[in-house]
Amino acid sequence: MIRPASRRSFLLGATGALGATVLGGCDRLGEMPWFKRTLKTGEDANLFVQRLLLTDTTLAPEYAESDISPFFKPNGTEDPPDKAYKALVKRKFAGFELAVGGLVEKPFKISLADLRKLPARTQITRHDCVEGWSCIGKWTGVPLSELLQRAVLKPNARYVVFHCADTMDQGEASGSLDAEDDGPAAEAPAASPNADMTKKAAGTEPAKGETDQQDAAPSGADADTTEPVRFYESVDLVDAYHPQTILAYEMNGNTLPVAHGAPLRLRLERNLGYKQAKYVMRIEVVESFAEIGDGKGGYWEDQGYAWYGGI
Amino acid sequence: MGPPATVVGLEGSSVPRTYLTRSAPEFGEIERRRWMFRHPLVIRVAHWLNALCLLVLLMSGLQIFNAHPALYWGKVSTFDTPLMSMASSEDDPPKGVTTVLGKSFDTTGFLGSSAGADGQPADRGFPSWATLPSEQDLTGGRSWHFFFAWAFVLNGLAYLLHGLLSGQLRFRLVPSRDQIRHFGASIREHLTLRFPQGDEAKRYNVIQKLTYVAVILVLLPVQVLAGLAMSPAMDAAAPFLLTMFGGRQSARTVHFIVANLLVLFVVVHVALVVLSGFWNNMRGMVTGWFVIERKVEPASASVQTGETT
Repeated sequence: MIRPASRRSFLLGATGALGATVLGGCDRLGEMPWFKRTLKTGEDANLFVQRLLLTDTTLAPEYAESDISPFFKPNGTEDPPDKAYKALVKRKFAGFELAVGGLVEKPFKISLADLRKLPARTQITRHDCVEGWSCIGKWTGVPLSELLQRAVLKPNARYVVFHCADTMDQGEASGSLDAEDDGPAAEAPAASPNADMTKKAAGTEPAKGETDQQDAAPSGADADTTEPVRFYESVDLVDAYHPQTILAYEMNGNTLPVAHGAPLRLRLERNLGYKQAKYVMRIEVVESFAEIGDGKGGYWEDQGYAWYGGI
Repeated sequence: MGPPATVVGLEGSSVPRTYLTRSAPEFGEIERRRWMFRHPLVIRVAHWLNALCLLVLLMSGLQIFNAHPALYWGKVSTFDTPLMSMASSEDDPPKGVTTVLGKSFDTTGFLGSSAGADGQPADRGFPSWATLPSEQDLTGGRSWHFFFAWAFVLNGLAYLLHGLLSGQLRFRLVPSRDQIRHFGASIREHLTLRFPQGDEAKRYNVIQKLTYVAVILVLLPVQVLAGLAMSPAMDAAAPFLLTMFGGRQSARTVHFIVANLLVLFVVVHVALVVLSGFWNNMRGMVTGWFVIERKVEPASASVQTGETT
């Protein structure tokens, strides 16, 4: 039988060790790859269970006109600094064509005017940011399923990737980016497109420091550091064909403003805001997103966010 | 080891089989100290796992809160009129300002602005020692939070299932009739920090039971539901979650308030553990064995239980 004295020292030791672990060791633990993977099983479970609970057509709640937020907070990139994008804005997206390609039988390009002629869906939905806030807005756009049906997916198609106009990290060679000196707006995305979502490492490049730690030496690392990283996102076919998944060109009854992703932004109503790509330029259907960016399926995913954004 | 273990019945309540007591070896001690097997293994493991989960959930939750340190009521965020917010001022060095229902407080060094990893003042809701990970890292906080949320829910379900099947839950949580009758006296005893001795110490007192009912059957389930109500996918699958809380931002506020209430519970819980015999309580929750101190007058003690040993 254990005597009280040894129990006492055991308890003291255990309490002390626990305290030390909690206060000091958790950060180091959280950086270890095996522990990171273990923690991520919680997010894998979120996807698994939520997919069980949702049918393919379960709709996100829709709201009344009176619920629309008077101020809808723009977040992430609010004014892409890229030269090509600025040129599009100047011409009010007159020459813009959305490209649909990848693993499809009939790749095509379509202008905004033609997109507006396709069947549209209007929905008043709540936008939930991963940071915690919510806004309600009215969106009108073309269902993504409409575009995918026209393109006819190949049998091995599994994900839809959205390539966007906005540069997030400039990389070392910034020549291809914004040549005109445009003041603070041009600098914003390079420093931190979204300070609250990005890990703050006391003034050092936040996003890159983290990815470097995660992947010791990814094969595409060299290419990433010399070329600007543009925003991209991906969804699987369940979300892609969901009735509320639209490429919106109108917000609250007006043409979609630049701050909210003009000319087209993805609405993915059963997901958090970071999945809902703005400034969508090109849609690519793929079997795997391992070769795109850092291979995690999206710009924020490459920074460590879960690919599944339903919670 | 003395006489074999005996099951001691309590007035007005049935005692599960695990509630064995055994007499101390020497006669002189018999009436004063009695060993009791109080906490079966499942409950002890569940208790410590729960403690770990709540600590991690709290600290990672504060990390997530820090990504947008403001609370609102209703469906959406009314950015200009939060219920509560934490921010840093433009001063040099910056001041931490916490605003609750329109009233502002200087909370420099704790809320709104506190020292970061480099020792310089950083704009953050809760300070780095209270969050997990310690530096600003929303995605890291979410990973911790979701993993331990699953652990917490599975552990809680195992505890409830075991408690229902073994009768422990009923014995621990449901006040017996005599306890309800002496409710007032029990409150007086509590306020004067006089802890029950003898047979009365073998069961939880009425305030303990009601507190555990409130925590286990109200606060913790509400906390889980409020957490789920913040998930856009859950809101599609179970729209009643939004009705229940009156909107996603209300649910987020409820989640924050309930977290505070749970912290309050833990503070009181730990304080009472210390005051009512720290080592005995700790031994009880680590090994299962708990010592019942009996009343000092030997004569009345034996009369009370009507037992001979």
